[in-house]
Amino acid sequence: MTTGSNPQRRPDGAAFVIALILAGIAVVIFWQTSIMRLPVHQARVGPQVFPYAIAAGLLLLAIGTAVSAWRGSFPARPPENYGPALWIVGGLLGQILLVSSLGFSLASGVLVACTARAFGKGPMWFTFLCGAVFAFIVWFIFARGLQLSLPAGPLERLIP
Amino acid sequence: MDTFGLLAAGFAAALQWQNLIYAFIGVTLGTAVGVLPGIGPALTVALLLPVTYRLDPAGSLIMFAGIYYGGMYGGSTTSILLNTPGESASIVTALEGNKMARKGRGGPALATAAIGSFVAGLIATLAMAFVAPWLVRIAISFGPADYFALMVLAFVTVSAAFGDSALRGVTALFIGLGLGVIGIDLQTGQARLAFGIPDLLDGIEVTTLAVALFAIGETLVVAAARGSLDDEVVAVKGSVWMTLEDWKRSWPAWLRGTLIGFPIGAMPAGGAEIGTFFSYAAERRLTKHPEEFGNGAIEGVAGPEAANNASAAGTLMPLLTLGLPTTATAAIMLAGFQQFGLQPGPLLFTNNAPLVWALIASLLVANFMLLVLNLPLIGLWVRLLTVPKPWLYAGILLFATLGTLGANGAMSGNLFGIRFSFELMMLLGFGILGFVLRRFGYPIAPVVIGLILGPLSEQQLRRALAISQGDPLVLIQSPLAISLYVIAAAAVLIPLWFRLRGKGEVFSQLAADED
Repeated sequence: MTTGSNPQRRPDGAAFVIALILAGIAVVIFWQTSIMRLPVHQARVGPQVFPYAIAAGLLLLAIGTAVSAWRGSFPARPPENYGPALWIVGGLLGQILLVSSLGFSLASGVLVACTARAFGKGPMWFTFLCGAVFAFIVWFIFARGLQLSLPAGPLERLIP
Repeated sequence: MDTFGLLAAGFAAALQWQNLIYAFIGVTLGTAVGVLPGIGPALTVALLLPVTYRLDPAGSLIMFAGIYYGGMYGGSTTSILLNTPGESASIVTALEGNKMARKGRGGPALATAAIGSFVAGLIATLAMAFVAPWLVRIAISFGPADYFALMVLAFVTVSAAFGDSALRGVTALFIGLGLGVIGIDLQTGQARLAFGIPDLLDGIEVTTLAVALFAIGETLVVAAARGSLDDEVVAVKGSVWMTLEDWKRSWPAWLRGTLIGFPIGAMPAGGAEIGTFFSYAAERRLTKHPEEFGNGAIEGVAGPEAANNASAAGTLMPLLTLGLPTTATAAIMLAGFQQFGLQPGPLLFTNNAPLVWALIASLLVANFMLLVLNLPLIGLWVRLLTVPKPWLYAGILLFATLGTLGANGAMSGNLFGIRFSFELMMLLGFGILGFVLRRFGYPIAPVVIGLILGPLSEQQLRRALAISQGDPLVLIQSPLAISLYVIAAAAVLIPLWFRLRGKGEVFSQLAADED
């Protein structure tokens, strides 16, 4: 970390985006809270006070973040390498969208294969198989042994 | 009944075989997740909540506490042998511990960490047992305004006082507070920030948020940072046992670490890691072997390890007596209590005394189990460090989604005709949030604490103002509330003063990070 001694501190674009997002959230909270329909008989401190306070706080923090971004005082970030992270997000999305039709084991196989791929482990058919088998064992223990409700698919229905 | 009687009754309950099994599962799991890089006790307890939904409340809570204590033991192993702390409370242990391991003294380093953790856990848990009833007697007279002040103090200490940036800490806290507002307002029955989505009416689950931030966010961070060299595990060579000299140098450090760690954990002053930094600084100043510091001084392992276990025990005190979580793990344990319809606080000690004392007695039992698990079986835990990363993180994600589906498996979302679990989609969304927060140096714990403590503090605030018929002066009328606000102000201003005088490094080291 070179904080403090780094002479070339530039405005931090990504941090500005964070400031904008914080301000955006504050505006949404303000707006959503202001359109609440309140009953006539209402305690002095109703359900709107806390959201308004949080929105005001977020707005101040957005300003502070913008100043901090302008000064470039965010800690140094490691070089960006989004590829593997995107594989994991893709794997999670795949599992989320497939789990209701394919069941927990097969959908989790997709998740495991994509995660292994993100960490440089392949081939994907092999990691998918390993993941699906492991997820099936886990499904059996938790769904049958501990009565947890987990989505079943064609594979899970093979077991009566 | 006096404390001794209650504690004896607690032991009678804790030593029943079911509770012994729960404690054993807890400490084993806790040690394992403490050793494994990437997962900590907060995540583990969050994942286990849906599984324990149908189990016995006392047993489940004993298990959670076992995980918390076990995580503190296990973290030291990773620090010493891998130089990568398994959880934030072990960062300091890595400083001297890894140097010792490299010099072939890994065995004594692990031994002093385990025995130090045991001594500290024992003393601190007993201290908690004797101080807690006294605190409960005071807390029973707290009014809503006092509770609100107490929560403000907790907010300040977890977000602004420590860490390298008060701005980022407070931002993280406000994100959590904002998430806490979502859902039906309990006092008026009105929906807030639900955007017409039925799934949001019940509010955001603490477990979903915690699992997302700790499991998904962490995995994304590790994946995006890949390319760094794999860490090298230092093999344990030579004797595990400490020499007479090691004992002589360790025991005062253990006691000092306990003395430093317990009040810091108990005082709502942030996570266990803060005590470890103070303990390390103290040992460094008091040592008779200053030349060894930085090259593997045993006091530098003994003190901080004792401090981190003592403050873990200390953290349970505000949690049990006031319902005030000051670490992410404590926040999730609070969610665990709520799952069973129990609200920690002074009333818990009167209404559920057998459960509380069984839990406290179990902590002492768990401490003995951990000593046995960690000294002779250390070789077994070291093997966990060799789990390949792809499988480790694939497994973490698998269990994260499993826990979330188990807690709420309703396929209520619909995208182009494909039904999906809304809860899982939130898990992914919060996971990406966690990734962004970590990447930009935001602490995670204040988000979780904001989510669970935000609604509680709002409740106390509105209760106080309802009693006073809207007069805000009621908030600063009791001497207790005033002194709490003064402490909160000091907790912000003193570090700020140090930072302005260019001594900020000390406090950035104290970043309250994870557990």
